[in-house]
Amino acid sequence: MTALKVYVPGDTTARAVGADAVAESITAGAAGRGFEIELIRNGSRGAFWLEPMVEIETANGRFAFGPVTPEDVPGLFESGFPGEADHVLAMGPVNGIDWLASQQRLTFARAGWIDPLSLDDYRATGGLKGLEQALRMSPQEIVDEVKESGLRGRGGAAFPTGIKWQTVLDQPAGQKYIVCNADEGDSGTFADRLLIESDPYQLIEGMVIAGLAVGADQGFIYLRSEYPRCRKMLEEVIVLAEQDGLLGDAILGSDRVFRLELRIGAGAYICGEETSLLDSLEGKRGLVRFKPPLPAIEGLMGRPTVVNNVLSLGAVSTILAEGASHYRDFGTGRSRGTLTVQLAGNIRRGGLVEIPFGATLRDLVEGYGGGTASGRPVRAIQVGGPLGAYIPATHWDVVLDYEALGAIGGMLGHGGIVVFDDTVDMAQQARFAMEFCATESCGKCTPCRVGSVRGVELIDRIVAGQERALNLQVLEDLCDTMDKGSLCAMGGLTPMPVRSALRHFRKDFGE
Amino acid sequence: MNSSAVTLQEVVENAVARHQHSLGPLLPVLHAIQETFGFIPRDAVPLVAGALNLSRAEIHGVIGFYHDYRTEPAGEHTLHLCRAEACQATGAAELELHARERLGIDFGETTPDGRFTLEPVYCLGNCACAPAIRINDDTFARVSIEKFDRLIAELESVE
Ligand SMILES: Cc1cc2nc3c(=O)[nH]c(=O)nc-3n(C[C@H](O)[C@H](O)[C@H](O)COP(=O)(O)O)c2cc1C
Ligand code: SF4
Ligand code: FES
Repeated sequence: MTALKVYVPGDTTARAVGADAVAESITAGAAGRGFEIELIRNGSRGAFWLEPMVEIETANGRFAFGPVTPEDVPGLFESGFPGEADHVLAMGPVNGIDWLASQQRLTFARAGWIDPLSLDDYRATGGLKGLEQALRMSPQEIVDEVKESGLRGRGGAAFPTGIKWQTVLDQPAGQKYIVCNADEGDSGTFADRLLIESDPYQLIEGMVIAGLAVGADQGFIYLRSEYPRCRKMLEEVIVLAEQDGLLGDAILGSDRVFRLELRIGAGAYICGEETSLLDSLEGKRGLVRFKPPLPAIEGLMGRPTVVNNVLSLGAVSTILAEGASHYRDFGTGRSRGTLTVQLAGNIRRGGLVEIPFGATLRDLVEGYGGGTASGRPVRAIQVGGPLGAYIPATHWDVVLDYEALGAIGGMLGHGGIVVFDDTVDMAQQARFAMEFCATESCGKCTPCRVGSVRGVELIDRIVAGQERALNLQVLEDLCDTMDKGSLCAMGGLTPMPVRSALRHFRKDFGE
Repeated sequence: MNSSAVTLQEVVENAVARHQHSLGPLLPVLHAIQETFGFIPRDAVPLVAGALNLSRAEIHGVIGFYHDYRTEPAGEHTLHLCRAEACQATGAAELELHARERLGIDFGETTPDGRFTLEPVYCLGNCACAPAIRINDDTFARVSIEKFDRLIAELESVE
């Protein structure tokens, strides 16, 4: 008899809610009852509200239980686990869980299904198809395919990926680099982390394709130090990919070369900004560079460099495998492909949602999210990370795409959606935005470095009722100065959360 | 020459040997030193400067720029409390107050018994099950005040 397969996710959040202890109980429980099981630590599907979500393989596909605690495990075995046990935690077939089944997973199609370390699993689920395709194409054909897909960078700035690649391709041959931005510093975001912990070969495949497209034989992944599980995962899969010929001197047996090195950040939010990241990779302080020159022309060590977010590079493997039009057809207007958002903060059903563009903020927070975890009314929703706007109830019917959010003074950024209930003090949130900017500023320009410190003081005075009208005006002026006088979006966009709090939640400032 | 100086020298030499030929080796070398000692000892700076042909000022600049690098030893366990928005929305501020009181230290400090160092962090990627803290390399979710006390008590009970 073959061993029964049992899946217990091993990603950061699943472990943080106790998946390791659940895995131990299951192993012990199976041994005690004489069941032969194969325990697989899959990545999470991103339905974090159901973690630890245990799955078994049955004749009818994968069957789920969740959220499971170690204390539940003996009861599970008594009800027939690892079969389709009749237990209060049984959720039935995974494909029937509406929260997941209603999504349109492209980038996260494999997440949770496969063993993230297994290249066999990756291949069996369509992995490397994109790379095989790319190996048959000319660099220009690859770049054209990416352009046609309409893919826009998922790191925040939403710049068309194909155009960036074209610029690097057009530079004279010589040393070029592919840099993956895995700094994911925005609060409320974890999509990059989830992809790396659940389907890491997809990122590697995307990077190799990028190398073929622009003529780069060396790549770097710049990973934030706050993600120790990702580090472990990447260290392991890079070695496995080298052994398998996915990386190295003969990519999939061809004469093409691509080497990949993992680099760990050192706790600096600004190093997510691409030029700061490049300086950090070069071993310097992460100071933001003046642009031009663009990194695509003078990037790492002054050489032409593609810097792309984890999700952008991941999407490329799908685009090459399935074709540009397949990807493009999921979008609306100038937002093509799927929308990846992360439901976070005070939310009942938090996790990762990947759906076609077109849904509203309300669909996500009320529909998928189920409202607040506290059970209190939602009051404010911050979209797009610490530099994104706080959106009040009057705007929750906004469609989540780059243009629609921009039109109401917000941004989609990397897709973080952080929900606050009615106990939130928006003056304190505005103060935090300034404080965060002061802590994380690279220090190069005065409006950001000094302005943010001034901003904290001003908000304190306003809240304390000192010359409120005057100080509110000074705060507005300061926001203008930061917005217009900063070199990068750190100082330039810190006013976005501050202004949105001032505009929509004025009474929290004491009026 | 005392024995810890020899060790430091060895660690620096090993780290430099491993990363010398990489592009921009300074951060990987500093990481390796900190992973061994828990901080970057002062005496490491001239050694690294000599080996990588950089000025001491440059190295001090880099150590000062990044939040992760420490110039003082850390406690046995480093606690990172997430202070970012998703955790704020679920009670991080109260947890922070409680943690400081419970341990009797502020951010950046180490308990007198050398057990715990407290550090702020801005997002651990666990924002769907907030608030989050990290103890050494493990992240914990939905950390209520009671859960925090339980985690600390567990660590304190281990000799
Ligand atoms: C302050 C700041 C922080 C940023 N942080 C990140 C980050 O953590 N991850 C990321 O991919 N992009 C980040 N970006 C955007 C990058 O500068 C850059 O646009 C991106 O890496 C390009 O990749 P993409 O086109 O694939 O999105 C940040 C930008 C700024 C101004
Ligand atoms: S805006 Fe702030 S972070 Fe950006 S370059 Fe200026 S000082 Fe540095
Ligand atoms: S904001 Fe605390 S884990 Fe992301």
